Amino acid sequence: MICIHDVYKRFGALPVLRGLNLALTPGRVTAIVGPNAAGKSTLIRCILGLSRPDRGTITLADGRNVRLPAARAALGYMPQQPSFPENLTGHEVLAMLDALRPEVAPDSALLERFQVAGQLDKPVRTLSGGTRQKLSAVIAFRYRPSLLILDEPTAGLDPLAAAVFKSTVVAARDTGATILLTTHVVAELAVLADEIAFLLDGAIRFAGPVTALLNTTGAATLDEALAALMQTPAAGIPAAALQTAESLRVRVVRETRA
Amino acid sequence: MTAIATPSLGRAELAWIIAVHQSRDVVRKRWVIAYAAGLAVAGDLLLRLAGSGPSALVSLLNVVLLLIPLIALILGSASLYGAREFTELLLAQPIPRRSLFIGLYLGLTVPLAAATALGLALPFMIERALDQTTAPMLALLVAVSVLLVAVFTGLAFLLTVSVHDRARGLGVAILAWLGMGLLYDGLVLAVATAFRDWPIERPLLAAMVLNPIDLARTILLLRLDVAALMGYTGAVFRSAFGTTGSATIAILALGLWVMVPWWLGARAFDRRDF
Repeated sequence: MICIHDVYKRFGALPVLRGLNLALTPGRVTAIVGPNAAGKSTLIRCILGLSRPDRGTITLADGRNVRLPAARAALGYMPQQPSFPENLTGHEVLAMLDALRPEVAPDSALLERFQVAGQLDKPVRTLSGGTRQKLSAVIAFRYRPSLLILDEPTAGLDPLAAAVFKSTVVAARDTGATILLTTHVVAELAVLADEIAFLLDGAIRFAGPVTALLNTTGAATLDEALAALMQTPAAGIPAAALQTAESLRVRVVRETRA
Repeated sequence: MTAIATPSLGRAELAWIIAVHQSRDVVRKRWVIAYAAGLAVAGDLLLRLAGSGPSALVSLLNVVLLLIPLIALILGSASLYGAREFTELLLAQPIPRRSLFIGLYLGLTVPLAAATALGLALPFMIERALDQTTAPMLALLVAVSVLLVAVFTGLAFLLTVSVHDRARGLGVAILAWLGMGLLYDGLVLAVATAFRDWPIERPLLAAMVLNPIDLARTILLLRLDVAALMGYTGAVFRSAFGTTGSATIAILALGLWVMVPWWLGARAFDRRDF
Protein backbone atom coordinates (compact mmCIF):
# COMPACT_ATOMS: atom_id res chain seq x y z
CA MET A 1 0.00 0.00 0.00
CA ILE A 2 1.19 3.49 -0.78
CA CYS A 3 -0.78 6.56 0.25
CA ILE A 4 -0.39 9.84 -1.55
CA HIS A 5 -2.17 12.48 0.44
CA ASP A 6 -2.87 16.06 -0.62
CA VAL A 7 0.37 16.44 -2.56
CA TYR A 8 1.23 19.81 -4.07
CA LYS A 9 4.25 20.53 -6.21
CA ARG A 10 5.12 23.60 -8.22
CA PHE A 11 8.15 24.53 -10.30
CA GLY A 12 8.63 28.26 -9.98
CA ALA A 13 5.28 29.83 -10.76
CA LEU A 14 3.99 26.69 -12.47
CA PRO A 15 1.80 24.43 -10.33
CA VAL A 16 2.24 20.83 -11.44
CA LEU A 17 0.53 18.77 -8.73
CA ARG A 18 -2.47 20.34 -7.01
CA GLY A 19 -3.72 18.49 -3.99
CA LEU A 20 -3.23 15.03 -5.42
CA ASN A 21 -4.68 12.10 -3.50
CA LEU A 22 -4.24 8.49 -4.48
CA ALA A 23 -4.04 5.14 -2.72
CA LEU A 24 -2.21 2.28 -4.42
CA THR A 25 -3.36 -1.15 -3.35
CA PRO A 26 -1.07 -4.17 -2.88
CA GLY A 27 -1.54 -6.92 -5.42
CA ARG A 28 -2.96 -4.48 -7.97
CA VAL A 29 -1.49 -2.77 -11.01
CA THR A 30 -2.47 0.89 -11.07
CA ALA A 31 -1.93 2.72 -14.34
CA ILE A 32 -1.50 6.47 -14.26
CA VAL A 33 -2.84 7.94 -17.46
CA GLY A 34 -3.33 11.47 -18.64
CA PRO A 35 -2.34 13.89 -21.37
CA ASN A 36 1.19 15.22 -21.74
CA ALA A 37 2.18 17.66 -18.99
CA ALA A 38 -0.56 16.36 -16.70
CA GLY A 39 1.99 15.76 -13.94
CA LYS A 40 2.68 12.02 -14.32
CA SER A 41 6.48 12.32 -14.31
CA THR A 42 6.43 14.71 -11.37
CA LEU A 43 4.19 12.33 -9.44
CA ILE A 44 6.57 9.45 -10.13
CA ARG A 45 9.54 11.56 -9.06
CA CYS A 46 7.79 12.44 -5.83
CA ILE A 47 6.96 8.78 -5.13
CA LEU A 48 10.57 7.79 -5.80
CA GLY A 49 11.83 10.50 -3.46
CA LEU A 50 13.64 12.28 -6.29
CA SER A 51 11.49 15.37 -5.77
CA ARG A 52 10.11 16.70 -2.52
CA PRO A 53 6.44 17.70 -2.50
CA ASP A 54 5.80 21.30 -1.44
CA ARG A 55 2.93 20.03 0.67
CA GLY A 56 1.33 16.69 1.46
CA THR A 57 2.72 13.27 2.25
CA ILE A 58 3.66 10.08 0.46
CA THR A 59 3.90 7.10 2.78
CA LEU A 60 4.45 3.39 2.36
CA ALA A 61 2.48 0.61 4.00
CA ASP A 62 4.49 0.82 7.20
CA GLY A 63 3.97 4.57 7.38
CA ARG A 64 7.55 5.38 6.39
CA ASN A 65 8.29 8.35 4.19
CA VAL A 66 9.68 7.28 0.84
CA ARG A 67 12.46 9.87 1.14
CA LEU A 68 14.04 7.73 3.83
CA PRO A 69 16.72 5.55 2.21
CA ALA A 70 15.61 2.44 4.10
CA ALA A 71 12.06 2.84 2.79
CA ARG A 72 13.39 2.66 -0.77
CA ALA A 73 14.67 -0.88 -0.14
CA ALA A 74 11.16 -2.02 -1.04
CA LEU A 75 11.22 -0.16 -4.33
CA GLY A 76 11.92 -1.25 -7.88
CA TYR A 77 12.12 1.40 -10.60
CA MET A 78 12.19 1.16 -14.36
CA PRO A 79 12.71 4.60 -15.93
CA GLN A 80 11.47 5.68 -19.32
CA GLN A 81 15.01 6.23 -20.64
CA PRO A 82 17.40 3.63 -19.26
CA SER A 83 20.91 4.97 -18.81
CA PHE A 84 23.97 3.29 -17.33
CA PRO A 85 27.68 4.11 -17.12
CA GLU A 86 28.77 3.65 -20.73
CA ASN A 87 32.14 2.06 -19.98
CA LEU A 88 30.93 -0.53 -17.52
CA THR A 89 29.68 -3.88 -18.71
CA GLY A 90 26.13 -4.94 -17.93
CA HIS A 91 27.50 -7.41 -15.40
CA GLU A 92 29.47 -4.64 -13.70
CA VAL A 93 26.33 -2.49 -13.47
CA LEU A 94 24.48 -5.39 -11.85
CA ALA A 95 27.45 -6.11 -9.56
CA MET A 96 27.40 -2.49 -8.40
CA LEU A 97 23.68 -2.58 -7.59
CA ASP A 98 24.03 -6.01 -5.95
CA ALA A 99 26.82 -4.64 -3.76
CA LEU A 100 24.61 -1.72 -2.72
CA ARG A 101 21.84 -4.13 -1.66
CA PRO A 102 23.67 -7.04 -0.03
CA GLU A 103 20.72 -7.97 2.14
CA VAL A 104 18.73 -9.24 -0.85
CA ALA A 105 19.52 -12.33 -2.90
CA PRO A 106 19.05 -11.05 -6.46
CA ASP A 107 16.65 -12.88 -8.75
CA SER A 108 19.22 -14.10 -11.28
CA ALA A 109 16.64 -16.05 -13.27
CA LEU A 110 15.51 -12.73 -14.76
CA LEU A 111 18.64 -12.59 -16.94
CA GLU A 112 17.59 -15.78 -18.72
CA ARG A 113 13.95 -14.80 -18.80
CA PHE A 114 14.75 -11.53 -20.58
CA GLN A 115 17.46 -13.24 -22.66
CA VAL A 116 20.19 -10.75 -21.83
CA ALA A 117 22.65 -12.98 -19.99
CA GLY A 118 24.86 -13.44 -23.05
CA GLN A 119 25.17 -9.73 -23.75
CA LEU A 120 26.10 -8.37 -20.37
CA ASP A 121 29.83 -8.92 -20.66
CA LYS A 122 29.98 -6.09 -23.22
CA PRO A 123 30.32 -2.39 -22.34
CA VAL A 124 26.96 -0.67 -22.03
CA ARG A 125 27.88 1.73 -24.86
CA THR A 126 27.82 -1.19 -27.31
CA LEU A 127 24.39 -2.46 -26.22
CA SER A 128 21.30 -1.70 -28.32
CA GLY A 129 18.48 0.41 -26.92
CA GLY A 130 16.32 -2.70 -26.55
CA THR A 131 19.01 -4.55 -24.60
CA ARG A 132 19.45 -1.58 -22.30
CA GLN A 133 15.70 -1.56 -21.74
CA LYS A 134 15.81 -5.27 -20.89
CA LEU A 135 18.67 -4.62 -18.46
CA SER A 136 16.56 -1.87 -16.92
CA ALA A 137 13.64 -4.31 -16.53
CA VAL A 138 15.95 -6.88 -14.92
CA ILE A 139 17.15 -4.26 -12.42
CA ALA A 140 13.60 -3.18 -11.57
CA PHE A 141 12.54 -6.73 -10.63
CA ARG A 142 15.92 -8.06 -9.46
CA TYR A 143 15.59 -7.28 -5.76
CA ARG A 144 12.05 -8.62 -5.38
CA PRO A 145 10.46 -5.23 -4.67
CA SER A 146 7.11 -4.89 -2.98
CA LEU A 147 6.56 -1.56 -4.77
CA LEU A 148 7.27 -1.26 -8.49
CA ILE A 149 7.32 2.00 -10.42
CA LEU A 150 7.34 1.37 -14.17
CA ASP A 151 7.56 4.45 -16.38
CA GLU A 152 6.66 3.69 -20.01
CA PRO A 153 8.33 0.31 -19.54
CA THR A 154 7.75 -1.38 -22.89
CA ALA A 155 8.99 1.48 -25.08
CA GLY A 156 11.88 -0.01 -27.04
CA LEU A 157 11.18 -3.64 -26.14
CA ASP A 158 10.64 -6.12 -28.95
CA PRO A 159 7.32 -8.05 -28.89
CA LEU A 160 8.90 -11.11 -27.26
CA ALA A 161 10.58 -9.07 -24.52
CA ALA A 162 7.35 -7.06 -24.04
CA ALA A 163 5.45 -10.31 -23.51
CA VAL A 164 8.07 -11.50 -21.00
CA PHE A 165 7.84 -8.14 -19.28
CA LYS A 166 4.06 -8.33 -19.00
CA SER A 167 4.16 -11.84 -17.56
CA THR A 168 6.79 -10.69 -15.05
CA VAL A 169 4.54 -7.81 -13.99
CA VAL A 170 1.60 -10.17 -13.57
CA ALA A 171 3.73 -12.56 -11.52
CA ALA A 172 4.87 -9.72 -9.28
CA ARG A 173 1.30 -8.56 -8.82
CA ASP A 174 0.18 -12.08 -7.94
CA THR A 175 2.74 -12.24 -5.16
CA GLY A 176 1.33 -9.07 -3.64
CA ALA A 177 3.50 -6.30 -5.05
CA THR A 178 2.04 -2.84 -5.45
CA ILE A 179 2.64 -1.73 -9.02
CA LEU A 180 2.40 1.72 -10.56
CA LEU A 181 2.63 1.92 -14.32
CA THR A 182 2.56 4.72 -16.84
CA THR A 183 2.01 3.98 -20.49
CA HIS A 184 0.47 5.47 -23.59
CA VAL A 185 -0.17 2.02 -25.06
CA VAL A 186 -3.86 1.33 -24.45
CA ALA A 187 -3.50 -2.36 -25.32
CA GLU A 188 -0.95 -2.63 -22.52
CA LEU A 189 -3.33 -0.97 -20.10
CA ALA A 190 -6.06 -3.39 -21.07
CA VAL A 191 -3.79 -6.35 -20.32
CA LEU A 192 -2.01 -5.11 -17.21
CA ALA A 193 -4.03 -2.46 -15.41
CA ASP A 194 -6.38 -3.39 -12.60
CA GLU A 195 -6.94 0.23 -11.67
CA ILE A 196 -6.81 3.42 -13.67
CA ALA A 197 -5.86 6.78 -12.20
CA PHE A 198 -6.58 9.60 -14.62
CA LEU A 199 -4.42 12.63 -13.98
CA LEU A 200 -5.27 16.03 -15.35
CA ASP A 201 -3.88 19.43 -14.41
CA GLY A 202 -2.06 17.97 -11.46
CA ALA A 203 -4.98 16.24 -9.78
CA ILE A 204 -6.60 12.82 -10.01
CA ARG A 205 -9.88 13.18 -11.89
CA PHE A 206 -10.72 9.52 -11.86
CA ALA A 207 -9.40 6.59 -9.89
CA GLY A 208 -10.85 3.13 -9.85
CA PRO A 209 -11.06 -0.25 -11.51
CA VAL A 210 -11.09 -0.44 -15.29
CA THR A 211 -14.67 -1.71 -15.24
CA ALA A 212 -15.73 1.33 -13.22
CA LEU A 213 -14.12 3.60 -15.77
CA LEU A 214 -16.08 1.92 -18.56
CA ASN A 215 -19.31 2.18 -16.59
CA THR A 216 -18.74 5.79 -15.62
CA THR A 217 -17.93 7.00 -19.12
CA GLY A 218 -20.39 4.69 -20.86
CA ALA A 219 -17.65 3.71 -23.31
CA ALA A 220 -17.36 0.26 -24.85
CA THR A 221 -13.58 0.12 -24.91
CA LEU A 222 -10.76 1.41 -22.75
CA ASP A 223 -9.36 3.74 -25.40
CA GLU A 224 -12.81 5.29 -25.91
CA ALA A 225 -13.16 5.72 -22.16
CA LEU A 226 -9.76 7.41 -21.89
CA ALA A 227 -10.52 9.64 -24.87
CA ALA A 228 -13.79 10.63 -23.20
CA LEU A 229 -11.92 11.55 -20.03
CA MET A 230 -9.41 13.60 -21.94
CA GLN A 231 -12.00 15.45 -24.00
CA THR A 232 -14.24 16.33 -21.07
CA PRO A 233 -11.79 16.64 -18.22
CA ALA A 234 -14.21 16.20 -15.37
CA ALA A 235 -16.28 13.73 -17.43
CA GLY A 236 -19.31 14.66 -15.47
CA ILE A 237 -17.69 13.40 -12.32
CA PRO A 238 -17.26 15.82 -9.43
CA ALA A 239 -13.52 15.84 -8.94
CA ALA A 240 -13.78 16.18 -5.19
CA ALA A 241 -15.78 13.00 -5.01
CA LEU A 242 -13.28 11.09 -7.08
CA GLN A 243 -10.01 11.85 -5.41
CA THR A 244 -9.30 8.29 -4.41
CA ALA A 245 -10.07 4.85 -5.65
CA GLU A 246 -12.07 4.23 -2.50
CA SER A 247 -14.38 7.20 -3.05
CA LEU A 248 -14.94 6.11 -6.64
CA ARG A 249 -15.85 2.62 -5.59
CA VAL A 250 -18.44 4.00 -3.16
CA ARG A 251 -19.94 6.18 -5.86
CA VAL A 252 -20.10 3.39 -8.44
CA VAL A 253 -21.72 1.04 -5.95
CA ARG A 254 -24.34 3.65 -5.02
CA GLU A 255 -25.15 4.38 -8.67
CA THR A 256 -25.42 0.68 -9.45
CA ARG A 257 -27.81 0.15 -6.55
CA ALA A 258 -29.94 3.12 -7.57
CA MET B 1 7.47 -10.53 -4.13
CA THR B 2 8.04 -9.44 -0.60
CA ALA B 3 9.11 -6.31 1.19
CA ILE B 4 12.84 -6.05 1.66
CA ALA B 5 14.89 -5.85 4.81
CA THR B 6 16.46 -2.53 5.70
CA PRO B 7 19.91 -1.81 4.28
CA SER B 8 22.80 -3.33 6.20
CA LEU B 9 25.69 -1.25 4.85
CA GLY B 10 27.01 1.92 6.44
CA ARG B 11 27.18 5.25 4.63
CA ALA B 12 30.93 5.02 4.06
CA GLU B 13 30.66 1.51 2.60
CA LEU B 14 27.91 2.61 0.22
CA ALA B 15 29.99 5.63 -0.86
CA TRP B 16 33.00 3.36 -1.40
CA ILE B 17 31.05 0.93 -3.61
CA ILE B 18 29.78 3.80 -5.75
CA ALA B 19 33.24 5.39 -5.93
CA VAL B 20 34.90 2.14 -7.04
CA HIS B 21 32.41 1.52 -9.85
CA GLN B 22 32.31 5.16 -10.92
CA SER B 23 36.14 5.18 -11.05
CA ARG B 24 36.11 2.08 -13.21
CA ASP B 25 33.82 3.86 -15.66
CA VAL B 26 35.84 7.10 -15.61
CA VAL B 27 39.28 5.52 -16.18
CA ARG B 28 37.91 3.87 -19.32
CA LYS B 29 36.66 7.15 -20.78
CA ARG B 30 38.57 8.12 -23.90
CA TRP B 31 38.98 11.74 -22.84
CA VAL B 32 40.59 10.71 -19.55
CA ILE B 33 43.06 8.47 -21.36
CA ALA B 34 43.73 11.22 -23.94
CA TYR B 35 44.22 13.75 -21.13
CA ALA B 36 46.83 11.62 -19.34
CA ALA B 37 48.59 10.84 -22.62
CA GLY B 38 48.49 14.53 -23.64
CA LEU B 39 50.08 15.60 -20.36
CA ALA B 40 52.78 12.95 -20.75
CA VAL B 41 53.54 13.97 -24.35
CA ALA B 42 53.66 17.66 -23.38
CA GLY B 43 55.98 16.85 -20.47
CA ASP B 44 58.24 14.78 -22.68
CA LEU B 45 58.43 17.47 -25.37
CA LEU B 46 59.17 20.20 -22.83
CA LEU B 47 61.78 18.05 -21.18
CA ARG B 48 63.53 17.52 -24.50
CA LEU B 49 63.25 21.17 -25.54
CA ALA B 50 64.15 22.73 -22.18
CA GLY B 51 67.09 20.43 -21.61
CA SER B 52 66.75 20.34 -17.83
CA GLY B 53 64.10 19.17 -15.36
CA PRO B 54 63.50 22.49 -13.56
CA SER B 55 63.16 24.47 -16.81
CA ALA B 56 60.74 21.89 -18.19
CA LEU B 57 58.69 22.05 -14.99
CA VAL B 58 58.38 25.83 -15.20
CA SER B 59 57.07 25.50 -18.75
CA LEU B 60 54.85 22.58 -17.78
CA LEU B 61 53.17 24.45 -14.97
CA ASN B 62 51.62 26.90 -17.43
CA VAL B 63 50.13 23.97 -19.34
CA VAL B 64 48.92 22.46 -16.08
CA LEU B 65 47.30 25.65 -14.81
CA LEU B 66 45.18 25.96 -17.95
CA LEU B 67 44.54 22.32 -18.75
CA ILE B 68 43.50 20.94 -15.35
CA PRO B 69 40.67 23.45 -14.76
CA LEU B 70 39.53 22.93 -18.35
CA ILE B 71 39.41 19.14 -18.05
CA ALA B 72 38.07 18.91 -14.50
CA LEU B 73 35.48 21.67 -14.81
CA ILE B 74 34.19 21.38 -18.36
CA LEU B 75 34.63 17.69 -19.17
CA GLY B 76 33.80 16.84 -15.55
CA SER B 77 30.53 18.77 -15.83
CA ALA B 78 29.72 17.18 -19.20
CA SER B 79 30.36 13.76 -17.72
CA LEU B 80 28.11 14.46 -14.72
CA TYR B 81 25.30 15.84 -16.87
CA GLY B 82 25.58 12.72 -19.04
CA ALA B 83 25.20 10.48 -15.99
CA ARG B 84 22.08 12.23 -14.68
CA GLU B 85 19.63 9.42 -15.49
CA PHE B 86 21.83 6.80 -13.86
CA THR B 87 22.22 9.07 -10.86
CA GLU B 88 18.42 9.14 -10.62
CA LEU B 89 18.33 5.35 -10.74
CA LEU B 90 20.85 5.27 -7.89
CA LEU B 91 18.78 7.81 -5.96
CA ALA B 92 15.87 5.37 -6.16
CA GLN B 93 18.00 2.75 -4.37
CA PRO B 94 18.20 2.57 -0.56
CA ILE B 95 21.21 4.89 -0.43
CA PRO B 96 21.51 8.17 1.51
CA ARG B 97 22.07 11.08 -0.82
CA ARG B 98 25.26 12.09 0.94
CA SER B 99 26.79 8.64 0.35
CA LEU B 100 25.88 8.89 -3.31
CA PHE B 101 27.40 12.36 -3.59
CA ILE B 102 30.64 11.32 -1.90
CA GLY B 103 30.86 8.20 -4.06
CA LEU B 104 30.29 10.12 -7.28
CA TYR B 105 32.74 12.86 -6.27
CA LEU B 106 35.52 10.42 -5.39
CA GLY B 107 34.69 8.33 -8.43
CA LEU B 108 35.43 11.28 -10.69
CA THR B 109 38.15 13.05 -8.71
CA VAL B 110 40.41 10.10 -7.87
CA PRO B 111 40.80 8.78 -11.46
CA LEU B 112 41.31 12.32 -12.79
CA ALA B 113 43.91 13.01 -10.10
CA ALA B 114 45.61 9.70 -10.89
CA ALA B 115 45.61 10.49 -14.62
CA THR B 116 47.11 13.90 -13.82
CA ALA B 117 49.83 12.51 -11.57
CA LEU B 118 50.69 9.78 -14.06
CA GLY B 119 50.72 12.14 -17.03
CA LEU B 120 53.00 14.59 -15.21
CA ALA B 121 55.40 12.12 -13.65
CA LEU B 122 55.79 9.55 -16.41
CA PRO B 123 58.02 11.54 -18.82
CA PHE B 124 60.38 12.53 -15.99
CA MET B 125 60.62 8.90 -14.90
CA ILE B 126 61.14 7.59 -18.42
CA GLU B 127 63.74 10.23 -19.27
CA ARG B 128 65.43 9.66 -15.87
CA ALA B 129 65.22 13.38 -15.14
CA LEU B 130 64.50 13.04 -11.44
CA ASP B 131 67.60 14.48 -9.80
CA GLN B 132 67.71 16.05 -6.32
CA THR B 133 66.48 19.40 -7.61
CA THR B 134 63.78 18.17 -9.99
CA ALA B 135 62.21 15.43 -7.87
CA PRO B 136 60.86 17.68 -5.06
CA MET B 137 59.72 20.28 -7.59
CA LEU B 138 57.88 17.62 -9.58
CA ALA B 139 56.33 16.27 -6.37
CA LEU B 140 55.06 19.79 -5.55
CA LEU B 141 53.70 20.23 -9.08
CA VAL B 142 51.87 16.88 -8.83
CA ALA B 143 50.52 17.72 -5.35
CA VAL B 144 49.24 21.15 -6.39
CA SER B 145 47.80 19.67 -9.60
CA VAL B 146 45.91 17.05 -7.59
CA LEU B 147 44.55 19.83 -5.37
CA LEU B 148 43.45 21.73 -8.48
CA VAL B 149 41.67 18.61 -9.77
CA ALA B 150 39.85 18.35 -6.43
CA VAL B 151 38.89 22.04 -6.56
CA PHE B 152 37.56 21.96 -10.09
CA THR B 153 35.70 18.66 -9.88
CA GLY B 154 34.09 20.09 -6.73
CA LEU B 155 33.10 23.15 -8.75
CA ALA B 156 31.82 20.87 -11.53
CA PHE B 157 29.60 19.05 -9.02
CA LEU B 158 28.35 22.32 -7.55
CA LEU B 159 27.56 23.57 -11.04
CA THR B 160 25.75 20.46 -12.26
CA VAL B 161 23.70 20.24 -9.08
CA SER B 162 22.80 23.94 -9.17
CA VAL B 163 22.13 24.43 -12.88
CA HIS B 164 19.54 21.98 -14.15
CA ASP B 165 19.87 22.80 -17.85
CA ARG B 166 22.87 21.03 -19.38
CA ALA B 167 23.62 23.60 -22.09
CA ARG B 168 23.44 26.47 -19.65
CA GLY B 169 25.57 24.59 -17.13
CA LEU B 170 28.28 23.88 -19.68
CA GLY B 171 28.15 27.53 -20.76
CA VAL B 172 28.73 28.61 -17.17
CA ALA B 173 31.60 26.10 -16.89
CA ILE B 174 33.30 27.53 -19.99
CA LEU B 175 32.84 31.09 -18.73
CA ALA B 176 34.20 30.16 -15.30
CA TRP B 177 37.26 28.55 -16.88
CA LEU B 178 37.86 31.53 -19.18
CA GLY B 179 37.38 33.91 -16.29
CA MET B 180 39.62 32.17 -13.78
CA GLY B 181 42.21 30.84 -16.20
CA LEU B 182 42.65 33.60 -18.73
CA LEU B 183 40.94 36.85 -17.80
CA TYR B 184 41.19 37.15 -14.03
CA ASP B 185 44.75 38.35 -13.61
CA GLY B 186 44.37 40.83 -16.46
CA LEU B 187 41.18 42.23 -14.95
CA VAL B 188 42.80 42.61 -11.54
CA LEU B 189 45.74 44.39 -13.15
CA ALA B 190 43.38 46.72 -15.02
CA VAL B 191 41.50 47.54 -11.81
CA ALA B 192 44.78 48.08 -9.94
CA THR B 193 45.98 50.44 -12.68
CA ALA B 194 42.72 52.36 -12.74
CA PHE B 195 42.76 52.79 -8.93
CA ARG B 196 46.52 53.12 -8.49
CA ASP B 197 46.16 56.27 -6.38
CA TRP B 198 43.93 54.46 -3.89
CA PRO B 199 44.92 52.13 -1.04
CA ILE B 200 43.91 48.90 -2.75
CA GLU B 201 46.43 46.46 -1.36
CA ARG B 202 43.90 44.58 0.77
CA PRO B 203 41.34 44.14 -2.02
CA LEU B 204 44.15 42.86 -4.20
CA LEU B 205 45.13 40.28 -1.61
CA ALA B 206 41.51 39.19 -1.40
CA ALA B 207 41.43 39.01 -5.19
CA MET B 208 44.34 36.60 -5.08
CA VAL B 209 42.55 34.27 -2.68
CA LEU B 210 39.40 34.34 -4.80
CA ASN B 211 41.04 32.54 -7.71
CA PRO B 212 42.32 28.97 -7.14
CA ILE B 213 44.43 29.08 -10.29
CA ASP B 214 46.28 32.15 -9.01
CA LEU B 215 46.79 30.42 -5.68
CA ALA B 216 48.20 27.32 -7.37
CA ARG B 217 50.46 29.43 -9.56
CA THR B 218 51.76 31.33 -6.54
CA ILE B 219 52.48 28.17 -4.54
CA LEU B 220 54.42 26.68 -7.43
CA LEU B 221 56.32 29.79 -8.43
CA LEU B 222 57.33 30.59 -4.87
CA ARG B 223 58.97 27.17 -4.71
CA LEU B 224 60.41 27.37 -8.19
CA ASP B 225 61.50 30.94 -7.44
CA VAL B 226 60.45 32.40 -10.77
CA ALA B 227 58.88 35.64 -9.60
CA ALA B 228 58.71 37.06 -13.10
CA LEU B 229 56.00 34.53 -14.02
CA MET B 230 53.97 35.11 -10.88
CA GLY B 231 51.40 37.49 -12.28
CA TYR B 232 50.19 40.69 -10.74
CA THR B 233 48.18 39.29 -7.83
CA GLY B 234 50.92 36.81 -6.97
CA ALA B 235 53.52 39.57 -6.82
CA VAL B 236 51.33 41.63 -4.47
CA PHE B 237 50.74 38.57 -2.34
CA ARG B 238 54.44 37.84 -2.03
CA SER B 239 55.32 41.40 -1.15
CA ALA B 240 52.68 41.38 1.60
CA PHE B 241 53.43 38.05 3.27
CA GLY B 242 56.95 37.07 2.20
CA THR B 243 57.80 33.75 0.59
CA THR B 244 57.00 31.36 3.46
CA GLY B 245 53.92 33.22 4.69
CA SER B 246 52.56 33.48 1.15
CA ALA B 247 53.03 29.77 0.51
CA THR B 248 51.31 28.83 3.78
CA ILE B 249 48.37 31.14 3.21
CA ALA B 250 48.04 30.05 -0.42
CA ILE B 251 48.02 26.34 0.53
CA LEU B 252 45.39 26.95 3.23
CA ALA B 253 43.28 29.00 0.84
CA LEU B 254 43.55 26.29 -1.82
CA GLY B 255 42.44 23.76 0.81
CA LEU B 256 39.39 25.93 1.44
CA TRP B 257 38.77 25.97 -2.30
CA VAL B 258 38.63 22.17 -2.19
CA MET B 259 36.27 22.07 0.79
CA VAL B 260 33.84 24.94 0.22
CA PRO B 261 32.55 24.06 -3.28
CA TRP B 262 32.40 20.39 -2.24
CA TRP B 263 30.35 21.23 0.84
CA LEU B 264 28.05 23.58 -1.07
CA GLY B 265 27.59 20.94 -3.77
CA ALA B 266 26.84 18.22 -1.22
CA ARG B 267 24.32 20.47 0.50
CA ALA B 268 22.62 21.33 -2.78
CA PHE B 269 22.59 17.63 -3.77
CA ASP B 270 20.86 16.72 -0.49
CA ARG B 271 18.11 19.25 -1.11
CA ARG B 272 17.77 19.17 -4.86
CA ASP B 273 14.71 18.03 -6.77
CA PHE B 274 15.65 15.68 -9.61
